[in-house]
Amino acid sequence: MNRRDALARVALLMGGTLSAPTLMAMSDNFENSLAPAAGVFAFDVAQMKLVAEMAEMIIPRTKTPGAKDAKVPAFIQLMLKDCYKPDAQKAFMDGLTKLNEDSKVAYKKTFLLATPAQRTELLTILDKEKGQFWRMMKELTLLGYFTSEPGATKALAYVAVPGRYEGTTKLKPGQKAWAM
Amino acid sequence: MNLNLKATEANTYDAIVVGSGISGGWAAKELTEKGLKTIMIERGRDVKHITGYETANKNPWELPHRGRVTTQAAEEYYLGMRTGYTANEEHRYLFENDKLNPIIEKRPIDWIRAYHVGGRSLLWGRQSYRWNEEDFLANGKEGVAIDWPIRYSDLAPWYSYVEKFAGISGSKDGLDVLPDGEFQPPMELNCVEKEVKARVEKKFGARKITIGRVAHLTKPADWQTELGRAACQYRNMCMRGCPYGAYFSTQSATLPAAVKTGNLTLRPDSIVTEVLYDETKGRAKGVRVIDQNTMEVREYYAKIIFLNASAFASTSILMNSKSARHPNGLGNESDMLGRNIMDHHLAVGANGTFEGMDDMYYYGRRANGVYIPRYRNWGNDKRDYLRGFGYQGGAGRGGWGRGNGMEGFGAAFKDSLSAPGAWNMGIGGFGEVLPDPNNRMTLSPDQKDKWGIPLIVFDAAYGENERKMRIDMMNDAAEMLEAAGLKNVRPYNDTTKHLGIGIHEMGTARMGKEAKTSVLNANNQVWGAENVFVTDGACMTSASCVNPSLTYMALTARAADFAVNELKKGNL
Repeated sequence: MNRRDALARVALLMGGTLSAPTLMAMSDNFENSLAPAAGVFAFDVAQMKLVAEMAEMIIPRTKTPGAKDAKVPAFIQLMLKDCYKPDAQKAFMDGLTKLNEDSKVAYKKTFLLATPAQRTELLTILDKEKGQFWRMMKELTLLGYFTSEPGATKALAYVAVPGRYEGTTKLKPGQKAWAM
Repeated sequence: MNLNLKATEANTYDAIVVGSGISGGWAAKELTEKGLKTIMIERGRDVKHITGYETANKNPWELPHRGRVTTQAAEEYYLGMRTGYTANEEHRYLFENDKLNPIIEKRPIDWIRAYHVGGRSLLWGRQSYRWNEEDFLANGKEGVAIDWPIRYSDLAPWYSYVEKFAGISGSKDGLDVLPDGEFQPPMELNCVEKEVKARVEKKFGARKITIGRVAHLTKPADWQTELGRAACQYRNMCMRGCPYGAYFSTQSATLPAAVKTGNLTLRPDSIVTEVLYDETKGRAKGVRVIDQNTMEVREYYAKIIFLNASAFASTSILMNSKSARHPNGLGNESDMLGRNIMDHHLAVGANGTFEGMDDMYYYGRRANGVYIPRYRNWGNDKRDYLRGFGYQGGAGRGGWGRGNGMEGFGAAFKDSLSAPGAWNMGIGGFGEVLPDPNNRMTLSPDQKDKWGIPLIVFDAAYGENERKMRIDMMNDAAEMLEAAGLKNVRPYNDTTKHLGIGIHEMGTARMGKEAKTSVLNANNQVWGAENVFVTDGACMTSASCVNPSLTYMALTARAADFAVNELKKGNL
């Protein structure tokens, strides 16, 4: 997690209500993982399908839209291209390859051909191991989804212009968290 | 010859203001309202109020990278990246591309710049606190650096004056350490902050928690409405520029007031390279500028000049203004020009989880938090370091971002993130930095920027007093949160930051009582060039631990009043 993510997280922990200098004052010590711009980066068709399937498994369509509805797969590709350095891009691509290999070893099928139960099994292992690939995948899925229009307005409560501040309100049953 | 004279006339004003940020805007407003034909010169581009705020009304999904920094931007905004937020997608357009504006770091400095009309008045944290009486006395009492040439009583009426115009929301707390001002209604503490306040104040009598005092309108006065300003809408997107004019900025407040007088000329894209000094008259006669786009060099002339380019920029202009009378830079008899770099040190504090109040929430995004005024080395408290610190912070419920640190995926995981998470609270310290003449900036003898202006060389770092203070800043924060019953309290002390990270740089042309130890006198006049005034952060003789902008406003209004009175008397 770099400093920017860490700050974003603090902001979210605090309900996103703090001014930036306050956040700065509260910021912890996180390494800065930034580097020169990357070259061309893109998923091939199979990789895009795999990313889409994983994103949808992390945030499935329920009563509210899912990751695919929110165009999270394309967002992940854009983010990897523009915001990640080559070694992180490679780690991500390697992660996709390894997921298929693990699937083949376990079930003699690629991830996309495995059953839903088998896929869940594979992702559960990744989720326990918390490797770089999975952390990127999960973080980008959550970011892409909850800041998308369907995610922010359907899975969360989005108010563009609140107009006032009330420091104490009663949480209603089933009330969703503020999107920001 | 005639043509030249005409050109000179056309470029002659009563007053020149260099810089259009918080203090420059104030100088322009005060001087034009007092009838002076004034030119405000800004090195960067123009940014129009409302229409110039490119991202102000964008929804999160309208930002392609959802606020994150691209690798290319990270490289270009390499100083801004050290803050962790200024290079973010939604407001990067108002910060400076560091690669295009290089500096030389003998020791690292986190200098965050904003070159455009309005400067950092569009980007500031808006926290607005008066200094207290002790802040002006401490240097003299403790034998640190030099004594201030002014006291709280000199500034108090000017604090009131600028507060009324700017609009400061806050609560009157009756504390000597944090003098009350002219406030609009305070913003609200949320339910957890109220509870923590009650518990902390019960346990530690001397430590108070109050709502931050911010330059946001909560109940606009007539004179604010007339300028087109409206009350805060609680969007918390301030750094993109406020389309409601709800927080104080040059664009929302001082610029329209100055324009209204008919006495203002605004000249963007014009970088002031030096103050022109008239050796025979022993005073400044004007400034030389270079157009940032066309490279055309022009001169402007005036009876008085206000330098408000930001502490380091005003200082570099003075350094670059050499004459027979001022061979080491304007007003630099003392060799103090460029020395005593101060800021506030931060990124130290604690946070934790508040258990309970699971059925409580809040509405709206309050761009403000709690404030804990200084209590160390105050009254009978005595520490092994000088001065003190305050805290800013706040409480809120966890958002979806907590999912990154949680195990799980799928429908139940998604549903859990749709609900508000646990209550968290954090407080972070803002500590006073002592003036140290070895913390300094100079101009490079050989390296220049693309406009031919010498690069600034920085050689400064935090000192022992700051390091000692940080131990208290961390431990006290954890102690208070624990006393308030928070769980998983996590103290932190990030030692990777440098001077500048508080974006409160100051001290490089300090005020004093005599020319041999300071650059400016008690009225912010440059020693030996008394028609030049410096009223931005450069003028500060010490730093206090409270956010400085309100003090720059008050000093500027005071100096402008003095300058115009002196002009009328024929003394300038």
